Amino acid sequence: QTVAVRDALNAAMDEMMKKDDKVIVMGEEVGQYHGAYKVTRGLLEKYGEKRVIDTPITEMGFGGLAVGAGLGGLRPVCEFMTFNFAMQAIDHIVNSAAKAHYMSSGIMKCPIVFRGPNGMSTGVAAQHSQCFAAWYSSCPGLKVVAPWSSEDCKGLLKAAIADPNPVVCLENELMYGQEFEMSDEALAEDFILPIGKAKIEREGTDVTLVAHSIAVGFAVEAAKELENEGISCEVVNLRTLRPLDTETIINSVKKTNRLVTVEGGWPQCGIGSEICAVVMESEAFDHLDAPVHRVTGADVPTPYAKNLEDLVFPNASNVVRTVKGMLNL
Amino acid sequence: WASDVATFTAKQEYKGHKIDDLPSGTAEFTKEEAWKYFKDMSVIRRMETTAGELYRSKYIRGFCHLYSGQEAVCVGMMAGMKPEDSFITAYRCHGWAYCHGYSVKQILAELFGNSAGASQGLGGSMHFYGDKFYGGNGIVGAQVPVGAGVALAHQYANDNGVCFTMYGDGAANQGQVFEAYNMAKLWNLPCVFVCENNKYGMGTSASRAAASVDYYTRGDYVPGIWVDGMDIVAVREATKWASEYASKNGPLVMEVETYRYHGHSMSDPDTTYRTRDDIKKVRTTFDPILLFRNHMVEAGFATEDELKAAEKEIRASVKAEADEALAAPPTSQDLLTKFIHIEETNNVRGCDLYTVYNQK
Repeated sequence: QTVAVRDALNAAMDEMMKKDDKVIVMGEEVGQYHGAYKVTRGLLEKYGEKRVIDTPITEMGFGGLAVGAGLGGLRPVCEFMTFNFAMQAIDHIVNSAAKAHYMSSGIMKCPIVFRGPNGMSTGVAAQHSQCFAAWYSSCPGLKVVAPWSSEDCKGLLKAAIADPNPVVCLENELMYGQEFEMSDEALAEDFILPIGKAKIEREGTDVTLVAHSIAVGFAVEAAKELENEGISCEVVNLRTLRPLDTETIINSVKKTNRLVTVEGGWPQCGIGSEICAVVMESEAFDHLDAPVHRVTGADVPTPYAKNLEDLVFPNASNVVRTVKGMLNL
Repeated sequence: WASDVATFTAKQEYKGHKIDDLPSGTAEFTKEEAWKYFKDMSVIRRMETTAGELYRSKYIRGFCHLYSGQEAVCVGMMAGMKPEDSFITAYRCHGWAYCHGYSVKQILAELFGNSAGASQGLGGSMHFYGDKFYGGNGIVGAQVPVGAGVALAHQYANDNGVCFTMYGDGAANQGQVFEAYNMAKLWNLPCVFVCENNKYGMGTSASRAAASVDYYTRGDYVPGIWVDGMDIVAVREATKWASEYASKNGPLVMEVETYRYHGHSMSDPDTTYRTRDDIKKVRTTFDPILLFRNHMVEAGFATEDELKAAEKEIRASVKAEADEALAAPPTSQDLLTKFIHIEETNNVRGCDLYTVYNQK
């Protein structure tokens, strides 16, 4: 059975709301409007206004309010219409939620999920099309998941809601309508994925491609293309950005001896930069036959004009070119 | 024989905004209650003086915001809250931590940053927490929507609890305060927004930062009440009333006008924006402890000598607790990574490649 990403996310919230009446969903347009991207469709009808709360367009206010509700004993899922707007609330994500348990030496607990679309979008220019993965994943106290497939979305969002810590769930707008095959196991109500474990989407022997979120698709597509030319790529879908599953990355590099990172975010201080550092600082470095290469978004604000926008977001061809370059082909 | 109960009346009348029935400001106080309030306020005053001295002696690091002058607010409010009520405040939280039940030793030890501290030395001066006590927040105004969220949890649990959400006159100009007012009124959250107006946001007087210093009216559609924060009688009665009001009707703004005697923090020499005489005038005419002492003597609850003896005792006990706090062992290194997440976090990177905590 194929399931669209938005429906997998919806199922995750539905299943968790059914299980625990402390789970509430709040955000702009999550109720009557069914979500700006229809991810929360049907939840209001099922669980009522007490548990599905339409908020005013005031991110800092409702972001902080959701944190308070979490500290007060609820398990809020706080939807940001996009993570671009969550910048107005980032103080509450980083300072109010992520640090409360630490600063209080364990007295405060804040089980909360901040979720919504993040990263590249199309035709919406610089303020509405950018990736915050590096920002959130740099912050101790947070956990950060970045699902790609429908299975990822259902399993990771459920894990995020079940987690007793604050979790940021970075989805991608361009992925919401994409359909993925889901196994019976993944469709079952008890399906959940562990936070902190990457998935090897495709086994390979010549080069490791590490990606998260929408970029996993670019890596998989590139791997298929390269296979036709006799190059075997192993694709690691990170799934979680914090804690990062360094073990899976290192083991894969030890096997393939080559690494390319793929992401939609900016190059400087990005997820790829972090993975480079992880490899440099681990025994995987000694197994490298070539320097690690990064495929990233271009180092510019996102332009509106289509022909320019096409230049700032990576795709499979960037991955193919990079792998070939690395192999001197 | 003096009676063990006396009737006290608030010195200044309450002012209301979009509200008709204000609290009366006249209430019975038992001798036992009066003594407790007097002692609590005096302990906080002495504790803060001690903290100031120890800061200057370099036993306390970083930020340290003292509560001296504002004691009637936390003591009076704690006395007026229902057991099911909760509260959250900003960084000037030592007095609140004491009223919540932390000892002088636990509070000062937290300021010293050692193992006996209320947050085991991980939070410091601005970060105290407890059951129904949500901090201690170091970011100006951030606690306001968080407090509204705690109120949402009260409403969801239908537990009759109200969240008292404190902020200063400086924070009152933050946008997120108005976002919180809006949602609280929209959803009728049981939240009392308490503006502790101590007249200065850091070194800027209220009137130089706010287009309106009538903070109790600034909720617009949220009803408000002005309370003399130097008078514990007024504060306790207003709080009791506000707690009942918010449980039944939803949010309320409560401005509590008070005064801080020290600079904004220990790094504020307090010389440029007000005069010594300004401070002295408040200390001699409006001091909350002085006012309450007079009530106690008039009611026959205490003699001047008894009060002086009690103050002497408090001086000694604060000194003893400060010494105990200073002697407490340092915070264990095990705590460095213990509370990053609720479960143990493994393989936490230290400052170099060779330092990894909780290595698995």
